[in-house]
Amino acid sequence: MKILVCITHVPDTTSKINFKDNNTRFDTTGVQFIIGPYDDYALARAVELKESTGSTLTVLNVGLADTEPTIRKALAIGADDAIRVNAEPVDSFFVASQIAEQAKAGGYDLILMGRESIDYNSGVVHGIVGEMLGIPSVSPVMKLDIEGSRAKVTCEIEGGKEFLEVNLPFVAGCQEPIAEWRIPNMRGIMSARSKPLKVVEAKPVESGIKLQKFELPPPKGAVKMIPAEDVGQLVTLLKSEAKVL
Amino acid sequence: MAVLVFVERAEGKVKKTSIEAVAYARAMGGPVTAIALGAFEKSELEDLGKFGAAKILHVADDRLNEGVIQAYTSVLAQAMKDEQADILVLANSSLGTPVAARLAARINASLASNVISLPDTASGFVVRRSIYTGKAFVDVNLTHPKKVIAIRKNAAEAKEVGGKGQITAYKGEYKESDFAVKILSSEVATGDVLLPEANIVVSGGRGMKGPENWPILETLAKTLNAATGCSKPVSDMGWRPHYEHVGQTGVKVAPQLYIAVGISGAIQHLAGVNSSKCIVVINKDPEAPFFKAADYGIVGDAFEIIPKLTQAIKEAK
Ligand SMILES: Cc1cc2nc3c(=O)[nH]c(=O)nc-3n(C[C@H](O)[C@H](O)[C@H](O)COP(=O)(O)OP(=O)(O)OC[C@H]3O[C@@H](n4cnc5c(N)ncnc54)[C@H](O)[C@@H]3O)c2cc1C
Ligand SMILES: Nc1ncnc2c1ncn2[C@@H]1O[C@H](COP(=O)(O)O)[C@@H](O)[C@H]1O
Repeated sequence: MKILVCITHVPDTTSKINFKDNNTRFDTTGVQFIIGPYDDYALARAVELKESTGSTLTVLNVGLADTEPTIRKALAIGADDAIRVNAEPVDSFFVASQIAEQAKAGGYDLILMGRESIDYNSGVVHGIVGEMLGIPSVSPVMKLDIEGSRAKVTCEIEGGKEFLEVNLPFVAGCQEPIAEWRIPNMRGIMSARSKPLKVVEAKPVESGIKLQKFELPPPKGAVKMIPAEDVGQLVTLLKSEAKVL
Repeated sequence: MAVLVFVERAEGKVKKTSIEAVAYARAMGGPVTAIALGAFEKSELEDLGKFGAAKILHVADDRLNEGVIQAYTSVLAQAMKDEQADILVLANSSLGTPVAARLAARINASLASNVISLPDTASGFVVRRSIYTGKAFVDVNLTHPKKVIAIRKNAAEAKEVGGKGQITAYKGEYKESDFAVKILSSEVATGDVLLPEANIVVSGGRGMKGPENWPILETLAKTLNAATGCSKPVSDMGWRPHYEHVGQTGVKVAPQLYIAVGISGAIQHLAGVNSSKCIVVINKDPEAPFFKAADYGIVGDAFEIIPKLTQAIKEAK
């Protein structure tokens, strides 16, 4: 089986978000970048599948050269090789078009992604890629088992779960508890240095979205503390001041 | 600008977030048609008229009783054509968001999910999206003539503006290959308020000590007609089901009121709740970081405060 895992290069979950250039660009000053947490689940499951079925595992990122340390980390975790599509990931449609192009060329049986990126939070790239390739897409996947050319999948839905069956190839957006996050070990880190990382140029795509500006939410007002003996006061304030009861 | 709105149901009823989608479309000013796939009560659909959908297309097709993403995409693409609608609006959900994604790709539309504002059409068609897991916003211009918009809860207020809507039977067109994903079965909690739909959420963290202590939170939630949520460790340890896990790696909620009990307020948890209108934090540690993100706070033992709070709310009703 050939598995493709698409990873994002995103600010660590504890990052403070700031913008620059008149609120038109993300400010990377002091920000640590990581593999998207959901993509990390996808990668962890892919490594398990690779180990249990003898598959090959390729990771793909659409991004500029600064994403390469993140890609190397995925190689250290267990991917065999990597592709970087050399372009700024400007919007979901653009990214999905690049992924679909690479997926067509590579002929993958299984394309795993995260349920959503934690920068744009769109949750749409897997659906768009599925549509572009004319194959099914499922998300958010909590359990994924492959039996021959068929897969059994558990997806989360509001208030519960749905149990599905689907033939390969398909696209899946993953989340916990599909697999345990993996931490690269020393041997993985060493071998990642020499694993192939292919850089390809992006195909031109007409985007349907133009970024206008970023904005930060207004600062939060100070918290009002209420004495533990007087919970009645809280109820009064929720009614008359916050007007949420 | 004719607008088509895709409406979903939960437990046999039109979802509240779908009604907000109708209200959103209506607030854009043009004619609004709603479309419902599978089994729905006639009266439920007629009521969409009150929120601004003059016409409701109903595809009463048993094969569409379950949310088959590809088949839904095909039916909606056809319906947009037949209705000459350039814009489709729906509510973000486990079904709505992937349908929006596939539909936008199929009809070559501009796509925006997690939308929290009405479009500003002064120069183009600009909508505001929530990004960085609630830590920022971005304004984007949707430049294609066709647009698919997936809105987050509270993007529009469901106000009653009219009378009953007119239901029209509509034949949904799809291909056999749209059923490639077989839905074998599902497990859904019944009778509870769904977390993404709830106006009030009562959430518990590791400070609740164990699953056996949840009844006091559930009683509080029932009193408030609220949904229950939890922090990640709580669902990781199996104290609560995974679909209740709130935060960066779980459900993002945007209720009117979020009550956090025994949750420290790690940044990853806050990421899922920072769009709440009002946050109440109950924690025995006065230094708990959650207080900095709260509107109201009580320092104290949850096991003493929660029953008292439930009582006070009952008395105030
Ligand atoms: C990549 C990543 C993603 C993550 N995603 C999420 C996520 O989506 N959601 C999430 O929640 N976490 C997430 N986490 C975990 C997060 O960092 C915290 O570990 C977690 O939120 C802590 O949960 P907690 O507040 O329940 O537990 P704790 O941090 O242990 O806090 C328990 C709190 O209960 C209080 N307490 C104890 N006893 C009482 C009592 N009797 N009465 C009142 N208060 C009491 C304590 O003072 C303490 O503040 C993520 C972490 C990472 C690294
Ligand atoms: N720039 C990118 N490069 C590779 N994969 C991506 C990129 N952006 C998004 N993805 C994949 O698509 C998933 C969903 O992203 P999104 O639709 O942006 O929420 C992510 O979890 C990734 O697996």
